[in-house]
Amino acid sequence: MADLSVDFAGIKSPNPFWLASAPPTNSGYQVMKAYDAGWGGAVWKTLGMPTINVSSRYGSVNYRDTRMAGFNNIELISDRPLEDNLREMSEVTKRFPNHATIASLMVDTREQWIDIIKRVEDAGAKGIELNFGCPHGMCERGMGSAVGQDPVALKTIVEWVMDVANIPVITKLSPNISHITDPGLAAIEANTDAISLINTVKSIVGIDLDTYAPYPVVDGKGSNGGYCGPAVKPIALHMLKDLKQHPKIKHIPISGIGGIENWRDVVEYILLGATNVQVCTAVMHYGFGIVREMEAGLVKFMDDKGYKTIYDFAGKALPNVLEWKDLNLKYKVKAKINEDKCIGCDLCYIACDDGAHQAIEIPNEGSRIPRVIDENCVGCNLCALVCPVENCITMERVDDGTQFKTWDQLTNENEIPNTWNDSRAGGKGHYVPDPLLALKEIRKDKSGERAKKAE
Amino acid sequence: MAEYKKPENEAEFIENFKQKNPLMNSTQAHYESSRCLYCYDAPCMNACPTSIDIPLFIKQIHTGNVEGAAKTIYDSNWLGNACGTVCPTGVLCEGACVYNEQDVPPLKIGRLQNFATRNVIDSKKNIYEPGKENGKKVAIVGSGPAGIACACELRLLGYKVDIFEAKEKPSGLTVYGIAPYKITNEEVLDEISYLQNQLGFSINYNSEIKSKTQFQELENNYDAIFLGLGLGPTAYRNIPGEDKEGVFGGVEFVEDLRMNHNKTLVGDKVVVLGGGNTAMDVASESARMGASQVSLVYRGTKDKMGAYGFEYELALSAGVKGIFDASPIEILGDEKVKGVKFKRKNGEEFIIDSDMVIKATGQAKQKRFYDMIDRLELDSASKIKVDLDTNQTTNQKYFAGGDAINGGAEVVNAAYDGKLAAKGIHKWLNKNLK
Ligand SMILES: Cc1cc2nc3c(=O)[nH]c(=O)nc-3n(C[C@H](O)[C@H](O)[C@H](O)COP(=O)(O)OP(=O)(O)OC[C@H]3O[C@@H](n4cnc5c(N)ncnc54)[C@H](O)[C@@H]3O)c2cc1C
Ligand SMILES: Cc1cc2nc3c(=O)[nH]c(=O)nc-3n(C[C@H](O)[C@H](O)[C@H](O)COP(=O)(O)O)c2cc1C
Ligand code: SF4
Ligand code: SF4
Ligand code: SF4
Repeated sequence: MADLSVDFAGIKSPNPFWLASAPPTNSGYQVMKAYDAGWGGAVWKTLGMPTINVSSRYGSVNYRDTRMAGFNNIELISDRPLEDNLREMSEVTKRFPNHATIASLMVDTREQWIDIIKRVEDAGAKGIELNFGCPHGMCERGMGSAVGQDPVALKTIVEWVMDVANIPVITKLSPNISHITDPGLAAIEANTDAISLINTVKSIVGIDLDTYAPYPVVDGKGSNGGYCGPAVKPIALHMLKDLKQHPKIKHIPISGIGGIENWRDVVEYILLGATNVQVCTAVMHYGFGIVREMEAGLVKFMDDKGYKTIYDFAGKALPNVLEWKDLNLKYKVKAKINEDKCIGCDLCYIACDDGAHQAIEIPNEGSRIPRVIDENCVGCNLCALVCPVENCITMERVDDGTQFKTWDQLTNENEIPNTWNDSRAGGKGHYVPDPLLALKEIRKDKSGERAKKAE
Repeated sequence: MAEYKKPENEAEFIENFKQKNPLMNSTQAHYESSRCLYCYDAPCMNACPTSIDIPLFIKQIHTGNVEGAAKTIYDSNWLGNACGTVCPTGVLCEGACVYNEQDVPPLKIGRLQNFATRNVIDSKKNIYEPGKENGKKVAIVGSGPAGIACACELRLLGYKVDIFEAKEKPSGLTVYGIAPYKITNEEVLDEISYLQNQLGFSINYNSEIKSKTQFQELENNYDAIFLGLGLGPTAYRNIPGEDKEGVFGGVEFVEDLRMNHNKTLVGDKVVVLGGGNTAMDVASESARMGASQVSLVYRGTKDKMGAYGFEYELALSAGVKGIFDASPIEILGDEKVKGVKFKRKNGEEFIIDSDMVIKATGQAKQKRFYDMIDRLELDSASKIKVDLDTNQTTNQKYFAGGDAINGGAEVVNAAYDGKLAAKGIHKWLNKNLK
């Protein structure tokens, strides 16, 4: 059976499932309960400068019947006394010596960093995570994302930390920046042992339509929050990929964070090079018990594929993520509708007709089963994405697989289209209906089958 | 007015006994599983006698780990597939689902359960390996749900297991007793072979253990013995005329039906005696076999019936007529049944014409066996007494479970008992070693 244990930058952990620094790691009680439930590590709720928290702290995006598809908060770092946290941390590290108990830190001056690092080391922390991410409150005081967005400041602080730390240091990056590789490189130059990402994304999740205040509402007002949960996973995966493909950064272990809820998410992060994952929102939603599903699913995936450890497949998707200019322009797919599966919702028709390339028609009077007009289909996937029936619309390859040509090659061969009416351009000659057919009254006159249906 | 035409062949039988709980397709399973709230300390799980981790397996279905979902189910319940279709889910897991509180239909837990278990059974994908052989042997008497569950669990723990079964098929009343519209014979037997193939216990069919000598032999050859005997045949009611041709016992009738399908002989005017679930099943089944008139007669009032409300509704929908406050005082006819005379509490008497009478008035307790086993104690209702934590009987070498200790419950209770007894056996044998 698969061996889930990891050695993350020298931090050993029975499995790659860690709790992210957040409310679930606010106390020794929670961390012990989590270890008992099967988590391999926990990054303690960020310790540092004294704070006061507001009441009403979280907001969410509920998509249809799914609650907390996106989640945001305006909470600061731990507001509990440092002494209490350290005492509980040492209890936890004594009781669970083989678990990855990590101290997340955020302070201001060099002296403060030196002091607090010493203290968490004494409490038995297995590693340190530097919180340069908090995008609200703390940044207004020059910490958190204020550092994460300023590679020079970030580098200086990581250097201070590396000077004194005796345990591995993980630099946690903020996604609130144009190029994640900038702070990534700064951390590398300062010799960080590892990187974790992402922290939360600056957000406003909604506005109360009666009071005009943003959620979460604090006495009629609100502030920008930090966004996380399933909605942010695509952003995090992309940033992970950017770091893992960067020649100067890719050797560093990365802890993946953002929207992880089930085993599939975990596998995706590992495939893009993360060798451990951290979870916050999913635990805030369902409790520590969700780790059972993640673990069973990960083990099954590994057993099925014959992987012994997560290092056997870590990063396996990276070679498949290319720049656009290197994609094969000769590869062609077209939509194919399985009439036996189709339930006649006609979402594909209207999506294609109004939202894409007018390549689907509803042919027969009375029948709601649409038909793809092959000549018009550009292979965009939209219909297959909107279709509510599994595998009803499939994208079938139509080129013979023998040809390969990329934009990059065309550029080198001086074959890229370069005039407004260049026949080498893609959309030239592509069918579009007569614009007037869009108008109801004209459609009525023409009374064509397809036109009628378009109403 | 009969709802059903008499089935002349297997196809018509299948049509009349259409499965009440057909298998979900993957789209249905996807949507249904997305509804689960993943409740903490989930009420559905607490309501399951085998405590299957329901929110976990539903989430596993939703994330595409269907095999993992099946494993979660079997980890708690060795009859996971049978239970998915035959459990009275409305009074167990689904009845406890929190959605009921909002008047929203509960999760279809049983259907989802089968979606997962059928996936591994149909693909023959093994998910267990027997434990390392520990050199000890256990004999199991009866291959009903209790016996099978005990065997599976013991194999995981490394015991050699031999089952002795009186009949020629495994799974006890699951194949011989439960109504055919709840589960087909193939489905029951497929699950047993699936388990047997990966865990490797032996079943000796047509091997009734019926004498003291035989039990002593087992005691000599095995380290422990599990009794999964179930209950006996339909009890004798002492109604004058009970021996006439055309009078049948409920469980015997169902066994005939399960084995012979459309070839089972069913009268035209059937009287079913009883008010329990077996009576409801038998009445429904007679109606589905084309009887033109099925009278379900119970001695008490409707609300006193032991049957679940939904089972009574099901019988009514098959065309059965319920008659209450009527006790049978005589079965009429010469050699063959012609009718049944009933008496109401107020003394009023009446006759229902009939050419077939089915007594679904309870199975006999298996008292006769207990004289064959030394120191085996029964309780006042003739059920085998056991320790509730281990299912060990008063004779330490014997463990027991299922209908034999609970007087007749459900498959799921027997599955729980068998597993518990296996753990009890393991605990006891290892304590003895030291
Ligand atoms: C008509 C009817 C309908 C039912 N419907 C449902 C339902 O819808 N859902 C549900 O969950 N439950 C239902 N049940 C109950 C369920 O079938 C039983 O609770 C369950 O089968 C009990 O399992 P068991 O292993 O204890 O006994 P059984 O299933 O009775 O198995 C006992 C086995 O032991 C064998 N045996 C007995 N004595 C000996 C011996 N001396 N030597 C060798 N072998 C022996 C028998 O042949 C049998 O195979 C129904 C029961 C009946 C009668
Ligand atoms: C309420 C809340 C408080 C958080 N507090 C911290 C914190 O103190 N330190 C920190 O590094 N990250 C903090 N985070 C960010 C999380 O650790 C994590 O990076 C982010 O939520 C993305 O993961 P998720 O999608 O699994 O929630 C917090 C997140 C939430 C929701
Ligand atoms: S979740 Fe707990 S702390 Fe938060 S508002 Fe509800 S009761 Fe209060
Ligand atoms: S979206 Fe899918 S189901 Fe709906 S009409 Fe198109 S092919 Fe049919
Ligand atoms: S009670 Fe219902 S919603 Fe809650 S976990 Fe069980 S099946 Fe899911």
